[in-house]
Amino acid sequence: MSHETVEKKLGLLTVLIVLVISVGGLVEIVPLMMSAAKSQGNVHVTPRTALQQEGFDIYVREGCYGCHSQQIRPFRSETERYGPYSVAAESQYDHPFQFGSKRTGPDLGRVGGRYSDDWHRVHLRNPRDVVPESNMPGYPWLANAGIDGKLTERKLRTLRMLGTPYTDEDIAGASAAVAGKTELDALIAYLQSLGLARPRGS
Amino acid sequence: MMTHGLSLFVAILSILNVLACGWLIWWTARSRPDEVKQGEVIDHVWDGDLQERNNPMPRWWLILFFLSIGFCFVYFLLYPALGTFGNVLGWSKANQYESEMAEARREYAPVYAAFAGRSVLELSRDPKALALGHSLFANNCVQCHGSDGRGATGFPNLTDQDWLYGGDPDTLVQTITNGREGVMPALGAVLGEQGVTEVVAYVRSLSGAKAPADQIEAGKARFVLCAACHGADAKGNQAIGAPNLTDDIWLYGGSEKAVRTTVTNGRHGQMPSHKWLGDDRIRLLAAYVYSLSHPAGPSAGEAAAP
Repeated sequence: MSHETVEKKLGLLTVLIVLVISVGGLVEIVPLMMSAAKSQGNVHVTPRTALQQEGFDIYVREGCYGCHSQQIRPFRSETERYGPYSVAAESQYDHPFQFGSKRTGPDLGRVGGRYSDDWHRVHLRNPRDVVPESNMPGYPWLANAGIDGKLTERKLRTLRMLGTPYTDEDIAGASAAVAGKTELDALIAYLQSLGLARPRGS
Repeated sequence: MMTHGLSLFVAILSILNVLACGWLIWWTARSRPDEVKQGEVIDHVWDGDLQERNNPMPRWWLILFFLSIGFCFVYFLLYPALGTFGNVLGWSKANQYESEMAEARREYAPVYAAFAGRSVLELSRDPKALALGHSLFANNCVQCHGSDGRGATGFPNLTDQDWLYGGDPDTLVQTITNGREGVMPALGAVLGEQGVTEVVAYVRSLSGAKAPADQIEAGKARFVLCAACHGADAKGNQAIGAPNLTDDIWLYGGSEKAVRTTVTNGRHGQMPSHKWLGDDRIRLLAAYVYSLSHPAGPSAGEAAAP
């Protein structure tokens, strides 16, 4: 076999390329899928409640991940500001994961409990009311939009198929849990749940 | 920790991969018997008229490739690249982080040690402590209380003499450490529309707002309901964070509409706990906050008092 053969036979070239590229994934990704969540013990992560899950979906819908990461890296400069660094187990119920790769705003990996619900209410309507120099857009419509409880039930059912351990009661109670709540309530409930598995000072 | 099987899988695949890279470089670089001399035109033709000369890469470049292959094996040995094998240095991300933190603790310990064991009151007169407190305030408090500490609707002003829970150093430390949660119940249903109007008229009149006298009179009678927390004289109760209603300072706004909303729906103010900051920083923060409402230092106030 010569160099020329490889270049001229497209099928062979394709097979060789796939082989080469797959090594990286097999070595870096596969072991993590099989052991990461289990290997980083002592982190007790509970599945999100129905309301928090609706908030998660709003977070995704509004593209919050475009400006906010949820991944505190193991550097002092990050942990001083945000709290203990993130571990894989904490995002095991995120479908899709919200690590993010851009920080126009701060990391939200441990924003839970950092501000009051009222603060979030004001801040999400118009961030400049509490942080004058903020360039985050306001989300005033969230306060007026309700949540469709029928969908919530189906979402939880689907997440159970993907491995989130929701019980039958969780799913049966999903509609009732979000009844009368606004999207703002849901988003705040989600934000307040972020990062509590490894709180600051732990 | 990775299981033994997974480690083997990773190790074998990684080593094979690097060996294959080495073989590929050797295979493409070796000279073949049928090859034309360096610099001469090779006899194959692409696309009708494209030809190329035999120009192998310089030798030093080739050697660099082989050196990096060699480096891979050194790296495999020193760092955790082969699952649980190798890693002679014992490196891990967590260890690296811990050593970074330990170094910072060593570096900053003297900074905080200089202020340890001194009272908050004393720190509030020390410009160095206040500078540090100001930085801590900027990092942790300004989001709600504002960069000047003057607060916003729903978030208390820290620069005045009006305190929900008390503004003495010990109370400040306690507030920062454990946070606060203030709850005013919704009274709309109890008072009814008319009742709310009367109570609002009375409460606002305490700060000098005008309202029909009969409304104020009726509101005063209904105020017994409010007196449980705000006191019969409406001057509040710092033990439970019930605000003074007679000083024309309004946490949620003093307009007719704002007070009506407060009475009707109640309020639920919350300050998160900041225990994680640790005692040293909390006392520096308390000193800074104390200095906001005592700009000339407490001595000025004490001197004025007989």
